[in-house]
Amino acid sequence: MLREKRADEIKAILAKYPPDRKRSAVMPLLYLAQEEYGYCSPEAMREVAEILNLDPTEVKSIVGFYTMFFEHPVGKYVIDVCDDLPCALRGADKFVTHCERKLGVRAGQTTPDGKFTLRTVMCIAACDRAPVIQVNRVYHYDMTEASFDQLVDALAREDGAEHVNPREE
Amino acid sequence: MGGYYGSKNKTMEQHVLLRDVDVPNIREIDVYLAHDGYAAWKKALSSMKPEEVIAVVKDSGLRGRGGAGFPTGVKWSFIPKDVFPRYVVVNGDESEAGTFKDHQIIDGNPHQLIEGILLTCYAVQANVAYVYLRGEFYEPARTLQKAIDEAYARGFIGKNVLGSGFNVDIYIHLGAGAYICGEETALLSSLEGQLGQPRLRPPFPAVQGLYAKPTVINNVETLANVPPIVLHGAQWYRQFGTEKSPGTKIFCVSGRVKRPGNYELPLGKYTIRELIEMAGGTIDDRPVKGVLPAGSSAPILPASALDTKLDYESLQAAGSILGSASFVILDDTVNIVWAARKMVRFFKHESCGKCTPCREGTYWGLRLYDKILSGYGTREDIDMIAEVASQMSGKCFCLLGEFATSPMLSTIKHFRDEYEAFVAAHQGGRRNGYDDELIREGVIDEAGNLIIGYVGQKTAHHL
Repeated sequence: MLREKRADEIKAILAKYPPDRKRSAVMPLLYLAQEEYGYCSPEAMREVAEILNLDPTEVKSIVGFYTMFFEHPVGKYVIDVCDDLPCALRGADKFVTHCERKLGVRAGQTTPDGKFTLRTVMCIAACDRAPVIQVNRVYHYDMTEASFDQLVDALAREDGAEHVNPREE
Repeated sequence: MGGYYGSKNKTMEQHVLLRDVDVPNIREIDVYLAHDGYAAWKKALSSMKPEEVIAVVKDSGLRGRGGAGFPTGVKWSFIPKDVFPRYVVVNGDESEAGTFKDHQIIDGNPHQLIEGILLTCYAVQANVAYVYLRGEFYEPARTLQKAIDEAYARGFIGKNVLGSGFNVDIYIHLGAGAYICGEETALLSSLEGQLGQPRLRPPFPAVQGLYAKPTVINNVETLANVPPIVLHGAQWYRQFGTEKSPGTKIFCVSGRVKRPGNYELPLGKYTIRELIEMAGGTIDDRPVKGVLPAGSSAPILPASALDTKLDYESLQAAGSILGSASFVILDDTVNIVWAARKMVRFFKHESCGKCTPCREGTYWGLRLYDKILSGYGTREDIDMIAEVASQMSGKCFCLLGEFATSPMLSTIKHFRDEYEAFVAAHQGGRRNGYDDELIREGVIDEAGNLIIGYVGQKTAHHL
């Protein structure tokens, strides 16, 4: 249960908003739930709804509205590749094709081993460093086909731990 | 690995906003303090009334940097008297295609943003500020949170700040992937835990904003301007820029240039051509075909407009907008139909679905582009795109729908001959070099046939 396992974090999140405006916490709590369950499972949504005194369908509508909440299980590493216009002017479309070939899946799919989900995304505010990707929300700039392969290989071997919190001292 | 974000383009003797270009590690509080950090905050708390802070910002002529260009001090003065609590909400949703300036401010110079937030809170007597950052700013949010924690520890935020009796808290709130949340009323809805959809105005947020309370909403870059204005005064600030567009502005340059990046420049001093030169010129020195001055939202300007000055008025006179100043440069290698489709796809994906003209217009607009780009278009389809856009124009609930018409109408206006040539050259679904992306998005099948009744990019984007 989220409530027991992440009690302190839930308390800290709720404290940011006025006591009668707890609903504001729905997105931060969904991130927490997603971290815990890997995606916004029906159970996760029910728990968030309970904490906030909402109807589960209301929580589900929030999940459906935003692209960063997953309604279905995703890979351990979610790789978001920007193929919006500024990135595409610097080769992003060809780069996505390479990513698809490397991972053996189409954008929008997860590898059979459950390790990688590949998505294309709209502009992620780093257009001068294109092609640019995010792996579990961590930026990787100035990507090349070779650096992508290297990254994926490292993550596949599970020695890419540093990329999870690359800024930690 | 990403690391901290930001290009180091030295464009001024001393930058006003991108001070991380001049001062290494200014993101750290001690470095910031050694360079006038929190001096404006101390000055305001010790010697200025809230009205005086509003007055100096009004006099400076600072205009909102998020896109609308509305005078910031005037916006603040709309807060009704005697209604409390009030809120300050910072718009860090930065999602316009081609925009990456707030990203650099937050990562490179976070304390200046924090100081600007504090001054704004004091000016409008708000005790709580929420910084709404797009969900993809997970890393910048950590940088900012670290800076906020440091500022709390030094007594610049919190209870009875610097003995002034003023209390203030700053909280970060992360979005989760929705361009529409950059629209201020949609942002407020999102922050309240609702769907990020825009609200009818009036009431304006200044009167009924967050939790129906008076609220000031300003963009990250706007607020980063406030500390130097308060510290050095309105006249100092007006040494930069023009009478109507005072100050400096960060120009994001992307696309087909050699050195894309952020360039901070006084408004009105340089032309688009000079900006492109600063960015190293175009790749392989190709001729410029067109420029999008504010990402996908701005009407495209053809090469004949390259001598337009970089300020709000000049760009408007040239037939576009300055907006967030995200200059996407297209050279003559770029297929304008393909580029327009990318932008229409963006708006189709980002339409919040609240109003019919936008939701349906972007959908049908994209379908027409899909048809043309995959080689099944006709001349009538070009007219139909213009027709769809015209039907949207002026009828949408918020500006997103209006913006969505820009790539359609402006590219057809300036480059209709290219549309026609493309249609003529690709009759009957001829293989055209876009197969991979069109297959990926479910527009055509592997054999190159148009898929009828496809569901757009649902598979690629929504999980």
